[in-house]
Amino acid sequence: MSVVAPNIRARTPLSERLDLIVSPVFAIILAVIGIAVWQYSDIDETTRAILAPEKIQRQLFETILLGFSSSLLVIIIAIPLGILVTRKGFPRLKNFLVDTLGLAQALPAYGLIVIFFSFMGAGINTVILALATFSLLPVLRNTIVGLEQVDKSVIDAGRGMGYTTRQILLHIELPLSVEVIIAGIRTAIVINVGMSALAFLVGGGGLGETINSGLKLDRGPAILIGAVMVAILALVFDFLSALAQKYLKPKGL
Amino acid sequence: MSEPLIRLEGVVKSYTNGAPAAVRNLNLEVERGEVLVLVGPSGCGKSTTLRLINRLIEPTSGRIILDGEDVTDVDPSQLRRKIGYVIQQVGLFPHRTIAENIATVPKLLGWDKDKIEARIDEMLELVSMDPETYRDRYPKELSGGQAQRVGVARALAADPDVLLMDEPFGAIDPITRDRLQNEFLRLQQELKKTIVFVTHDIDEAIKMGNRIAILREGSEIAQLDTPEAILSNPADEFVESFLGSGAILKGLTLKKVRDIDLHQVPILRAPVGRAEALKELHESVDQVALLLDDKDKPIRWIDEKALNRTSQPIEKAGRPVTVDLQPEDTLQDALTTMLQSSVGMAAVTDSKGKYLGCCTIESLAKLIMSEG
Repeated sequence: MSVVAPNIRARTPLSERLDLIVSPVFAIILAVIGIAVWQYSDIDETTRAILAPEKIQRQLFETILLGFSSSLLVIIIAIPLGILVTRKGFPRLKNFLVDTLGLAQALPAYGLIVIFFSFMGAGINTVILALATFSLLPVLRNTIVGLEQVDKSVIDAGRGMGYTTRQILLHIELPLSVEVIIAGIRTAIVINVGMSALAFLVGGGGLGETINSGLKLDRGPAILIGAVMVAILALVFDFLSALAQKYLKPKGL
Repeated sequence: MSEPLIRLEGVVKSYTNGAPAAVRNLNLEVERGEVLVLVGPSGCGKSTTLRLINRLIEPTSGRIILDGEDVTDVDPSQLRRKIGYVIQQVGLFPHRTIAENIATVPKLLGWDKDKIEARIDEMLELVSMDPETYRDRYPKELSGGQAQRVGVARALAADPDVLLMDEPFGAIDPITRDRLQNEFLRLQQELKKTIVFVTHDIDEAIKMGNRIAILREGSEIAQLDTPEAILSNPADEFVESFLGSGAILKGLTLKKVRDIDLHQVPILRAPVGRAEALKELHESVDQVALLLDDKDKPIRWIDEKALNRTSQPIEKAGRPVTVDLQPEDTLQDALTTMLQSSVGMAAVTDSKGKYLGCCTIESLAKLIMSEG
């Protein structure tokens, strides 16, 4: 049984334009909320200590690093894998992979991080690997769906005119599926940045530390500001990949 | 007889899953410069046969010789660059402009840039599309008919000797299809390519083919001959049923008006008196006379009733000649014109409109009967 559920949104010119507007608008709203909380709520010494600039700077950098590295890892693994399993002779492997990775995604991210921790110990690498496993499915699935939705007659014409298998992949299949593949990468990036808030659990750092301290010391403003920063970061990454999607998509489609 | 350009010898294509073979022992020769149409019911293996020639499908056994060379000895991609390929769904690359699409094979063959650019314009003009307008458009901006024009231009861009066409006009509306077929026949007269053309439409086969191979299941040849021979002499019941009941009517598209013995009706020229006209009509076996103008162009059908009914000058009597036939028109055109005509016959003129004679149902029937 295959569970390659198509994850392709119908992209109209309107939705494409909205795509580039929605993330920044939400990011700005969140930023305003964050600043308002900082300005107008009761900020005591403990809160100040939690939100110390050098701490926040480090955590921000860690979050970006976590999101970026795990997403890069996903891209490096999932796209070639997706290409491989859509070649002739791999339908079984394809279904097996999609099923197993679906299972990995069904686990709570928290549990997945703990499982990786029990094998690899604490540290940022554990988190990167756990996040990559968790977000492999959307990219793999979209790579598969993207390649499989390429019009078979276009491939047939390409072969019939003398393109080699490799040329068909590079000049026809990939350009025609790049939009769907990037849509999967966007999903993965947002998951990865969001989930990086759990990295602190196994010593991976990140903005989760601020949220956690706020929770433990019962400092509402700190929790809120930490969460807002994670969300803004995820939205910024989403915006950047929407830009990539727009400019990497071939003309004429 | 020169060596055939394509030769299939004992070609078999079977599948390992136990399904009946798509092609069972096919022997076929395609002469240089001819259009050979493979026609048959769906699933008879005609497309498979076509795709065996450019090795999109590999034969299970047998040999396919192209221009004296076994195709299995050549690298398949290299082979396909020398063979034009047109399919029903066209398969233009949606992310490439029309110009880039046409340049596909020349680019693969490593032509230099200037030569490719010149070739793109030449090809667009060949398929009656304005290069200025269409070069930089994308396939989604084209209609179905335009897309297939580009498909044909793309297939011809590297000037291949052989063209394989798999139901190229199958997905196009009837009016556009007719126009594309005619244009394609005109092109072929100029280009003289060797073409293998697959269709399920017997009318298209009759129109396009120099020879037709009617295939039954397993790509077995039921009859291979010229359209005329097949229509007048179907080999067996399968061919007969495939031709359908209208075989004689289909044959009408193959013969021209010039083959008919034209019938001469009484001729009147203005100005002619009423009495004189009546006299002409009474002396003839025909009920109707034809009025010509000073350039011998037929203008009106005149009969006795029309003369008696009106006192107007003879140029206003009778019924106007609305359509006339020319010797190059097909018998089908002739039949249509006659059936629409008020007098049951049609005037035939030369290309300048000068009257030659009349075509009647009797003369048409005589020509058809003389064949059987």
